[in-house]
Amino acid sequence: MDIMSAFIRRPATASVLSLIGVLLFYFIFGGVDLEKLGGAASWLNYAARIGIVAIPVGLLMISGEIDISIGAMIPAGAMATAIISGYYGLPIIFGILGALGIGVIVGLINGVLAVRTTVPTLIITLGTLIAMQGIVLAGSVILTGNASVPLSAPDWAKTLFGQLIFGGSHQVVIIWWLAFTLLGWFILHQSRFGNWIFAMGGDKVSARNAGIPVDRFTILLFVLTATSASFVGMCHAILFNSAQVSGGMNDIFNIIASVVVGGVLLSGGFGSVPGIFIGTITFAIVNKGIDFTDIDRNWSSLIIGVMLLAAVLMNNRFRNMALNYVPRKKDKGGSAK
Amino acid sequence: MTEKTAVLELRNVNKSFGPIDVLHDISLKVNAGEVLCLLGDNGAGKSTLIKTLAGVHKPTSGEMFMDGEKVSFERPKDAADRGIATVHQFGGTFPLMTIGRSFFVGVEPTKRIGPFRIFDRKTANETAVKAVQEFGITRIDDGDRLIGGLSGGERQSLAIARAVHFGARVLILDEPTAALGVKQASHVLRIVLEAKKRGLAVIFITHQVTHAMAVGDHFAVLIRGALAANFMRGEKSREEITDLMAGGEALADLDTEIESHMETHEGHPPPPAH
Repeated sequence: MDIMSAFIRRPATASVLSLIGVLLFYFIFGGVDLEKLGGAASWLNYAARIGIVAIPVGLLMISGEIDISIGAMIPAGAMATAIISGYYGLPIIFGILGALGIGVIVGLINGVLAVRTTVPTLIITLGTLIAMQGIVLAGSVILTGNASVPLSAPDWAKTLFGQLIFGGSHQVVIIWWLAFTLLGWFILHQSRFGNWIFAMGGDKVSARNAGIPVDRFTILLFVLTATSASFVGMCHAILFNSAQVSGGMNDIFNIIASVVVGGVLLSGGFGSVPGIFIGTITFAIVNKGIDFTDIDRNWSSLIIGVMLLAAVLMNNRFRNMALNYVPRKKDKGGSAK
Repeated sequence: MTEKTAVLELRNVNKSFGPIDVLHDISLKVNAGEVLCLLGDNGAGKSTLIKTLAGVHKPTSGEMFMDGEKVSFERPKDAADRGIATVHQFGGTFPLMTIGRSFFVGVEPTKRIGPFRIFDRKTANETAVKAVQEFGITRIDDGDRLIGGLSGGERQSLAIARAVHFGARVLILDEPTAALGVKQASHVLRIVLEAKKRGLAVIFITHQVTHAMAVGDHFAVLIRGALAANFMRGEKSREEITDLMAGGEALADLDTEIESHMETHEGHPPPPAH
């Protein structure tokens, strides 16, 4: 009972229940082969792709802002790598630095605009999203005359960013995803900076008055989201030996949906990294796991929509329960964490 | 009364926003271990005055002194560093944070584990719970509870305990009892007295005269940005203070009007005016 009530008060609860719900649904109505699904790489690879970006985006959303320019930053990172190291043939390290550099620049622009103006960050990053789409397309066509650029990376880069591991079809980005998750968990839940992020999402003015460098932290979080997105693009370019202008647009809403399913409050101040992690897995299983069921693939969007609504409703419910939680007498609070 | 150096003193402070004068020539003092009640109707300039004290606004003219030393606050942090803490109407401003976490926002306790410095949740929770329990709020015993789950009085108490814990010398309470029920308000008033007993200078903003009378040593009434009255405990009656706040004799007049109406109309009150 005590464990149950402690479980329900955590931000990750709804994502765990969503995951169980989705698996049950696929099992009962789709006749899914759980063993096959568990061993499959497709959903894990997809989870890693959106999960690497979902962690910083989740932190940013907890701090009360949002970044949708990530959608353009994934192809931007891929194209930067492919143009620099593929088309111009420079060493891959320049391609990697170019991709990350573009992320840092766009993140800085987003962050500085966010702290210098009162424009909602949804609008600011919508602007940079569209602008970056234009830059990537026009830049690619002007520089290379093509919207698709081949790239062949040396072995060390392949090993680090674009390898298939476990002798199968799992991509090495899965490891990066786990590392990002661990880092995000440490920052948000273990370091004092996590407390700052929560405080910024709760009330920016009070956070600033408490001595938290709100502006610098906001800019830093925007740099992290944009750079993580360009990092994912770079990994994919190295893995697939090419980059296309078009890829990555769907990712915006998939990433934000994963974060929201993971229990992050859209208006900030509440959420957790384990929640985002499980939310990402849930989303990836719905999206890619449907291939392992008898359900027609075309239904997957419907399932995602229903799951998203159910998860958000559960999140609201559990957040209220957490707010109204009063420990009984003699109940030692230490069990709650 | 002995003239000791006031913890916080304003001399001829004026504040205007563009062409609009909000504060006129305010001179006030508050001593350690004293509760100054700042009374005034809505729009009288109470908020502007406390924001000036807290370093949010700079006075247009006039001087501020702490312990006899001239001070000037460029930003809220400066006032906070000098020990001026403001607690707002709704207390904790981070409803979705735990008690322990919100108590230490910006000054988190950390401990070392190997190469990492991690947030010391246990110490944070224990310190926060202990601090608020010392103020007599024993119902708060779990630092993992969310602020949003506390009652209004508990939030106020926690916020006051936090300010005292971090060495506040001047406590500005902005309408702490306005949104509270009778019992919750009496909790908060008791905490105000406790803070006073510990030697803090308390500036208590309210428009509930009863609450002010319960804890105040010194009263100041603001009307349209000017100090309309400045008196010590016992110098004025409840009715006089209410009338002052309403901007003159209005309420007392209303009372006598109703009474005389009832006398001449067989005890019926007058019909409401339209």
